[in-house]
Amino acid sequence: MMTYNTAIVLMGTAMLSALAGLVGCFAVLRRHALMGDALAHAALPGLCLAYLLLGERSLPAMLLGALLSGWLGVLCVQGLCAGTRIKQDAAVGIVLSVFFGAGIVLSQMIQQTPSGGKAGLDSFIFGKTAGMIALDVYLIAGIAFAALLLLLLGYKEFKLVTFDPDFARIQGWPAGALDLTLKALLGLTVVIGLPTVGVVMIAALLILPCVTMRFWTDQFRSLLIGSALFGSSMGLLGTWISSTVEKMPTGPCIILVGTLLFLASALVAPRRGWLARWRMANQARLHTSLAPPGGVP
Amino acid sequence: MNSPLISAKAAEEPSVSSSTAVPILDIHDLTVAYHNKPVLWDVDATIQEPSLIGIVGPNGAGKSTLIKAVLGLLPITSGSVALFGQSIKQVRGRIGYVPQRESVDWDFPVNVRDVVLMGTYGQLGWFRRPGRAEKEWAMHCLEKVGLAEMAKQQIGQLSGGQQQRTFLARALAQRADLYFMDEPMAGVDAATEATIFHLLQELRDQGKTVLVVHHDLRTVPLYFDQVMLLNMRLVAYGPTATTFTPDLLYKTYGGRLAILDLAAEAVQARERSA
Repeated sequence: MMTYNTAIVLMGTAMLSALAGLVGCFAVLRRHALMGDALAHAALPGLCLAYLLLGERSLPAMLLGALLSGWLGVLCVQGLCAGTRIKQDAAVGIVLSVFFGAGIVLSQMIQQTPSGGKAGLDSFIFGKTAGMIALDVYLIAGIAFAALLLLLLGYKEFKLVTFDPDFARIQGWPAGALDLTLKALLGLTVVIGLPTVGVVMIAALLILPCVTMRFWTDQFRSLLIGSALFGSSMGLLGTWISSTVEKMPTGPCIILVGTLLFLASALVAPRRGWLARWRMANQARLHTSLAPPGGVP
Repeated sequence: MNSPLISAKAAEEPSVSSSTAVPILDIHDLTVAYHNKPVLWDVDATIQEPSLIGIVGPNGAGKSTLIKAVLGLLPITSGSVALFGQSIKQVRGRIGYVPQRESVDWDFPVNVRDVVLMGTYGQLGWFRRPGRAEKEWAMHCLEKVGLAEMAKQQIGQLSGGQQQRTFLARALAQRADLYFMDEPMAGVDAATEATIFHLLQELRDQGKTVLVVHHDLRTVPLYFDQVMLLNMRLVAYGPTATTFTPDLLYKTYGGRLAILDLAAEAVQARERSA
């Protein structure tokens, strides 16, 4: 039976995953997808520190801490790229593991304190919606809604700066500020996604909808709408599955549902799918083998 | 320098600013450096008359850098740039740009018309979406480059030449007076090159100015009224007939024989046609 609390959690999850799908499209197309992953892992120590400072579990404070340390992580990646010869993928790898390591150490320290068991820090690593209260969900849904509105409003500007930032700059758009806004939205999405999906798997919630829908459409608008719908359905389905099985974390369930849909799309999508491409390649081979040997004189 | 020739031309062309004393483009002592290494050194050039200008020089000569610095995409180390007597920020609406083809991801999920529509975004301003007028204008620009029937294709399905023409149509959609094009004829077939050249001429005849980074020395005398020979410094700038000469090319390319042979061929071709 679905309780009032479950219904609210499902609604919040749907909204969050729709936002993640949308924001993820911009990140994937701009090749910033790994930035989301770095941000998520770098958020863990901030989350723990906020708990240590307050001494009690307060979601807004912990999410603020997560946002700050996630942001610090992104700055570290940019600093490493600008200040050394380290390339971005390596910099992301370093920052991601160092921050995540620090976060795990902090969370173990918290677990060993008398009240630490109640912090529920585990749920931020793999995601868990069971312990969420209505107020938490309202916070998440509120931020998600505001972010969705912002994306809708600046659709044209964000599209231009994602496709061709130099051209945007020449037309007088503040490309840097628009880019920063998209990054900030990415950060917000990751952070409000932590309680539901967890640090480890949030990146997949950003990336899977976009790459799956890309099999089905060549249009920017339908890619965005499709990714939002795809995101929310995988979020809903995953959350529902995890709520029916005891002790099943939400994040992995959501991601596995999304992966199944991704694989199905990769297989059967028209034109871009494996089957369609295999058929096309076969037809091409058939044509060449049917051609008369030696060609037409 | 207010020559009567320019005044007469300006009077015929109402689209061009009537104050002829103001140069279209004025580059003064421009120096640009990457990581403290100068890429452009003390470039001085003034464009007074609407014309078709080729920017020519060896690889790494700073041709793209010159365009990007003038457009404010790269920081200027020293010197100044004025377009229509003003800073780039004040005249963005009059500037058109064709970047190098490799500068964007062609797998991006947009169709050809959408890319061309982006040329109208500057005039639309914040948050306004392109409407029927913009879409008709975009189709008109696509017809100009001969791509109208490809309007609904995803850009990744285009050939290299068609991609190049898409960028050109987007620049046309900007309704500019001064165009900057970075190798618009790189990797296109002869038919496309002819189409593009035709368009450039048409723009010039409408009183617009077009600066084109160009790599094929053989076609320089054929295409351009003026030529800038660039190799970190501006070696020479002037009418193609007096500037595109073997000794100035030698100075620009520093005696690379294969290229000089091409240049000699080009000069001979021009002399034959003259």
